[in-house]
Amino acid sequence: MITIINYGSGNIQAIGNIYTRLKIPFKIANCPEDVNGAEKIILPGVGAFDETISMLDKSGFRDVLDKEVLENNVPVLGICVGMQILANGSEEGQLSGLGWINGYVKKIDKELLVQKPKVPHLGWNSLEFSDDLPLYKGVDKEEGFYFLHSYYFECEEESNIMSKTFYGTSFASSVNKNNIYGVQFHPEKSHHNGVKLLQNFAKL
Amino acid sequence: MLSKRIIPCLDVKDGRTVKGVNFVDLKDAGDPVELAWQYAQQGADELVFLDITATHERRGTTLEMVKAVARQLNIPFTIGGGITTIADAEALLNAGADKISINSAAVRNPVLIEDLAKAFGVQFVVVAVDTKLVEGRNMVHLNGGRLITELETEDWIIRAENLGAGEILLTSMDHDGTKNGFDCSLLDKVSKSINIPVIASGGAGKIAHFTEVFLETGVDAALAASVFHFGEIPIPLLKQELKKHNIPVRL
Repeated sequence: MITIINYGSGNIQAIGNIYTRLKIPFKIANCPEDVNGAEKIILPGVGAFDETISMLDKSGFRDVLDKEVLENNVPVLGICVGMQILANGSEEGQLSGLGWINGYVKKIDKELLVQKPKVPHLGWNSLEFSDDLPLYKGVDKEEGFYFLHSYYFECEEESNIMSKTFYGTSFASSVNKNNIYGVQFHPEKSHHNGVKLLQNFAKL
Repeated sequence: MLSKRIIPCLDVKDGRTVKGVNFVDLKDAGDPVELAWQYAQQGADELVFLDITATHERRGTTLEMVKAVARQLNIPFTIGGGITTIADAEALLNAGADKISINSAAVRNPVLIEDLAKAFGVQFVVVAVDTKLVEGRNMVHLNGGRLITELETEDWIIRAENLGAGEILLTSMDHDGTKNGFDCSLLDKVSKSINIPVIASGGAGKIAHFTEVFLETGVDAALAASVFHFGEIPIPLLKQELKKHNIPVRL
């Protein structure tokens, strides 16, 4: 069963609504014990980097997630800040990330970028990805996904970048390493493409 | 490439959608949940709900509506109207709203912008500004354009950005309801003076007005109500026209 980690308010309900409509069983994990035996795990995004990491620590989710994801190879999907915490750390905070995918989260800095984009990066943007990716099966690249963020994931290893999106610069709009997936955009707010992606994740 | 957004705005009163011409003479345009779903199917990029009769007593009705919309809709939506405290905003966030829009409350208590941004992140806070030309100056107005303030529109918007607004929804009261086109000169000035997204509002009457606002100004999104509610401009047709002018849109 798909297990959505509940560590405070956020987009949990929106993800659940889509799975309900797809008739794909899911449960919301309110405590670490609920994660035992999960077949798929979703880490939604809430608030800031440090806040999210400390909630994972305080609630006791961190140990069980390390076990299920790193030892039992359960597929995990981090969404928005849920993707950013997969990194080693972030300019947004002081705490260490989960460190599951090597990289660092940086602020979209208009001063550093040629096109001086507005921040936050807000709205629908297109993606570039190779056509054989199971997570993107049936997804329309041009239509893209809904983004809403001020920080982005800079991968240390190019091979961990699953898709790129251009906004002032070309950045990793999604990452993947083995059973670990992260998307910077909000599939739960991305209409048909988002539904498709959440359905594909369920089938992995 | 980042798409320019098309945003239908649904004015809500007692859980029903209405649209006023110049904010008076309200007409019933249907059920918000049904309309929201239709708009998502048509290709709307986002929705805005403005609760025009929001009062403390009626807050419960709005929350129920937000919950119902959130259950049906998988595109982002903003809710505005009568939000004056952190608690108001939190209740709406928990009910499933993606963003909140504040207007009069921000003018009366600018620190509210800062507090909301700190509590929920800048991306959650849209500052709506109603502007009207008075003796050659663009002045911020409250109460649907009935009450003038001492704030110059351009100054207020820069201040709102500095306080933590994530987005500006700028409505020209001189253009709103006229169907004569957006206030392109003001929208261009404003969008160039700040580094957060700007939503253009007020004056949309035909497809050419949308083309004009995206070609002639730096706005990120355009909002309209009646032209969408009454089917005068079908969104798929609008987007195809924008695309013909090389304006990036999500088809």
